[in-house]
Amino acid sequence: MGLFQVENTGASPASEILLAFPPTQVDHLAVVKAQVATGKRKKKTYTPLDVNPKELPDAPNGTKYLSISLLNPLAAGEAVTLEVLYILTHSLEPFPVEISQSESQLVYYHDSALILSPYHIKQQITFIKTPTTKVESFTVVDPTHRAGTELKYGPYNDRPPHSYSPVIVHLENNSPFAVVEELVREVEISHWGSLQITEQYKLAHAGARHKGVFSRVEYQSRPGHSGVSSFRHLLARLPPRVHSVYYRDEIGNISSSRLRLGALKSELEIEPRYPLFGGWKATFVIGYGLPLEDFLFESPDGRRYLNFSYGCPLVETVVDKLTIKVVLPEGSKEPSAVVPFPVNQYLEKKYSYLDIVGRTVVVLEKNNVVPEHNIPFQVYYHFNPIFMLAEPLMLTSVFFLLFVTCVAYLHIDLSLRK
Amino acid sequence: MVGKSEPINGTAKSQPPPSPLSPKSPDLLSGYFSFKSLKLKTKQQELLIRVSILCLVYILAFVTRLFSVLRYESMIHEFDPYFNYRTTLFLTEKGFYEFWNWFDSESWYPLGRIIGGTLYPGLMVTAALLYWGLRFLRFAVHIREVCVLTAPFFASNTTILAYFFGKEIWDTGAGLVAAALIAICPGYISRSVAGSYDNEGVAIFALLLTFYLFVKAVNTGSLSWGLASAFGYFYMVSAWGGYVFIINLVPLYVLVLLITGRYSMRLYVAYNCMYILGMLLAMQIRFVGFQHVQSGEHMAAMGVFFLMQVFYLLDWLKHLLSDTKLFQAFLRMTVTSAVGVGAVALGVGTASGYISPWTGRFYSLLDPTYAKDHIPIIASVSEHQPTAWSSFMFDFQILLFLFPAGLYFCFKRLSDATIFIVMYGLTSMYFAGVMVRLILVATPAVCLISAIAVSATIKNLTLLLRAKTKAPQSASGKGGSSGKAASKGSLDQSQPFQKNGAIALLFGAFYLLSKYVTHCTWVTSEAYSSPSIVLAARGAHGNRVIFDDYREAYFWLRQNTPPDAKVMSWWDYGYQITAMGNRTVIVDNNTWNNTHIATVGRAMSSYEDEAYEIMRSLDVDYVLVVFGGVTGYSSDDINKFLWMVRIGGGVFPVIKEPDYLVNGEYRVDKGAAPKMLNCLM
Repeated sequence: MGLFQVENTGASPASEILLAFPPTQVDHLAVVKAQVATGKRKKKTYTPLDVNPKELPDAPNGTKYLSISLLNPLAAGEAVTLEVLYILTHSLEPFPVEISQSESQLVYYHDSALILSPYHIKQQITFIKTPTTKVESFTVVDPTHRAGTELKYGPYNDRPPHSYSPVIVHLENNSPFAVVEELVREVEISHWGSLQITEQYKLAHAGARHKGVFSRVEYQSRPGHSGVSSFRHLLARLPPRVHSVYYRDEIGNISSSRLRLGALKSELEIEPRYPLFGGWKATFVIGYGLPLEDFLFESPDGRRYLNFSYGCPLVETVVDKLTIKVVLPEGSKEPSAVVPFPVNQYLEKKYSYLDIVGRTVVVLEKNNVVPEHNIPFQVYYHFNPIFMLAEPLMLTSVFFLLFVTCVAYLHIDLSLRK
Repeated sequence: MVGKSEPINGTAKSQPPPSPLSPKSPDLLSGYFSFKSLKLKTKQQELLIRVSILCLVYILAFVTRLFSVLRYESMIHEFDPYFNYRTTLFLTEKGFYEFWNWFDSESWYPLGRIIGGTLYPGLMVTAALLYWGLRFLRFAVHIREVCVLTAPFFASNTTILAYFFGKEIWDTGAGLVAAALIAICPGYISRSVAGSYDNEGVAIFALLLTFYLFVKAVNTGSLSWGLASAFGYFYMVSAWGGYVFIINLVPLYVLVLLITGRYSMRLYVAYNCMYILGMLLAMQIRFVGFQHVQSGEHMAAMGVFFLMQVFYLLDWLKHLLSDTKLFQAFLRMTVTSAVGVGAVALGVGTASGYISPWTGRFYSLLDPTYAKDHIPIIASVSEHQPTAWSSFMFDFQILLFLFPAGLYFCFKRLSDATIFIVMYGLTSMYFAGVMVRLILVATPAVCLISAIAVSATIKNLTLLLRAKTKAPQSASGKGGSSGKAASKGSLDQSQPFQKNGAIALLFGAFYLLSKYVTHCTWVTSEAYSSPSIVLAARGAHGNRVIFDDYREAYFWLRQNTPPDAKVMSWWDYGYQITAMGNRTVIVDNNTWNNTHIATVGRAMSSYEDEAYEIMRSLDVDYVLVVFGGVTGYSSDDINKFLWMVRIGGGVFPVIKEPDYLVNGEYRVDKGAAPKMLNCLM
């Protein structure tokens, strides 16, 4: 989160402001949000701004740029205050790389005391908040000050563009490093009134690797001391009115889960088969059904659209690669997806129960998904309700034919002799 | 759970009582109808009742096996089914030819195992065909669900088969009772609950199918039925090693018929067709191959086949030679020479090694003490132990008493078919006594014979009752059809209280049958419906606690070990580790190499430094042991340890059982033997 006060010292009005990131950070950049505050203290209103990547020909050391388009071009000499929020994933590096069961986990945090910027910096202060007060060491770039869970770098005055002063903070962090390496969410629409969601997770503990043996007895008898860096629970926030929830993996049902149903949200607490230590992996599947009327609507032009949340229902996890597959009912036409951020889109075919022509599947792929991406997206399509009757009619006719054959068999004498 | 079992129980209870009555009920009902086409109506009603009873029994047989799915989940049970599941998965993914040529390097490391040539593919192919069929019909089922429900599905088919078999050997009534009895007989349910995806599940169907078709062939003398029974035999051979029972029982039956002078052209056609074609077909199964003409277990069939030809020749000669004296001399000469030639051939074959001697399992069937002394690996399996009386009672309940009664009825009405069922019943009962798992083979016979007893008894009793009630009617000249029964009734007038006695006996029979139903339901739900891989117990507050530690371990292996890691464990867990953990194991439940297992047993029971050397030589990365001390789970590796010592010691004399015992006792606490305390376990 950065608070920028930008002043145009040039001659011509500027319509955009550039943010610079070192190339290593760009790959882990999940979200960038910029907003401008207008008005005085109490009546402050925030207006979000567009952020787009931009290529500059003379970028030093492969620096990548994002440009923020301002609402009104900034005239020469004017200043504006911007708030920029960006989220980086995988920016903590565990050190030591391997720990045993009883140790707690220490991580390095790499950053720069000065923000990388193509502009001249008049003054900057950097605050780093640590999760606990336990900080092993930190780089001192004078003036540096530490109080409680906060590290303060700065203020630094009058630095040239593209100046960089790396800092490393070595701190304790035992919060679960749950990373979903791959998540495939399949949303199957049935116009008979339900929405069936299947989510396939590949979960990993991305923290310090586990070293030596794992003692289950110690783990269970001293929960406070042993295996603090591991995690055994995960919480998934599911929509309200969820039903027929299951939680399983390739080899069967996983019996350790709890479901709390609420009016506003449902919470599913799941435990993987074993507590996850650093470097351990687990795959599992969560599935549930939802009432169709909560998510499927009809747009004014006669098309139907599904309004569903992107992102991963697990609380506080990062998803490296998220694929959403929206399985439209058989016979639907002209699908189109509206997603509020860039995703990779393509179509597939899927065959389910009693399908003849197959169902169209809209696939949306995105890397680096964080909880901030839990915002709704829409998939529009044309659907003729007559297709709903195809499968029941098929079944009825099969049974009808069966009975007719039975009747015929009983009434026809097929023997040659009389 | 109790609530869940209620409807099943309800259906089951209502089932057997109407079935014995069913062939009668149309006649009873017909008295009240006076349409023009009375006869047709009766026939139709009879058909309707018969078909609906069969449908209900069919559904019941399926539903009663679903306890485990309702109580736990749709999963594969026990040990061997996991191997079957894994191979089925392979078959559906890679296709038949890949499956047939599959060399599996994930088991028996470093030897590997030629899967295609060392298994009975019938079950896997059946499940795969079901799966492909359902997929073709656009049912998006998972292969696991197909595998889980294969056994109940085939159990349902077996009930239909039991009906036809019963009809063939006795009458439709007996067939219906047999169908109802076999649908819920615990002896059969134990091997065919949902999830118990094992060879036996389809094999009992195949066994009964072969027998039924063979009896049908003998009864009709038709070549087409003989051909059908050959195909049934082929299916059985492809499904289960128990086909050896068929190939020995059928010749034995033929021999008995020959001795009792019941030789006929029908028998000749049926047996020759079935044997020759069945043998040729069976040779197509790679696992069986030339065993059919080479191994000692199959020699009886061949001997009887040649005997049959001699018999036919004699018959023909008898026809040609009118002189009886000459024929007698000739007969003596031929029989001696034939027997002599046969004996010499067998002797030469065995001596030259062309005909292999009997295998250990076969020996242990004939001599129950054989395995204990010679092959510890067979004796270590609990299902190979001799059967206790209690488990007979548990699996058969009233059928155990009805069985002799049924035998009596069979002897009373002796025919080719009843001789067959009597022989099947007696031999399989003997084998069931030798090995627990063979109760399964005896179950169809016991059900059929008991069905004859029930059906015949109830038929006689109802005849008595009807005779009494119909007697006044026939006097007034209304019920023409019951004249025969009435005359029989009038004959029995001399005996007093006959009607009351019959009613009491009928009620007694109903009471027994309903007891049987409750017993079966109880046994199924309590004893035979737990997957054994997931354990459930009642917690302190009456809630259900599930111990899922096996799968936890296997899943951890699957996710967090290198894909080429080798896991050493006792052979019980081999199949499960390869199927669920997807890792290479040293030994598994296919105990084909005793030395290899003994090596593992030796590693487990040696001092740690020696064990380390052995394990290095086997490239072992992980060792899996099961300890149940914390949760009180009794069948852990400490419990099995003595078998590891025995099997290890059988090959490596370094391992001696007394080293692990203290004063002949097996202790695992502080007072245990020092070698026990310091070994790898």
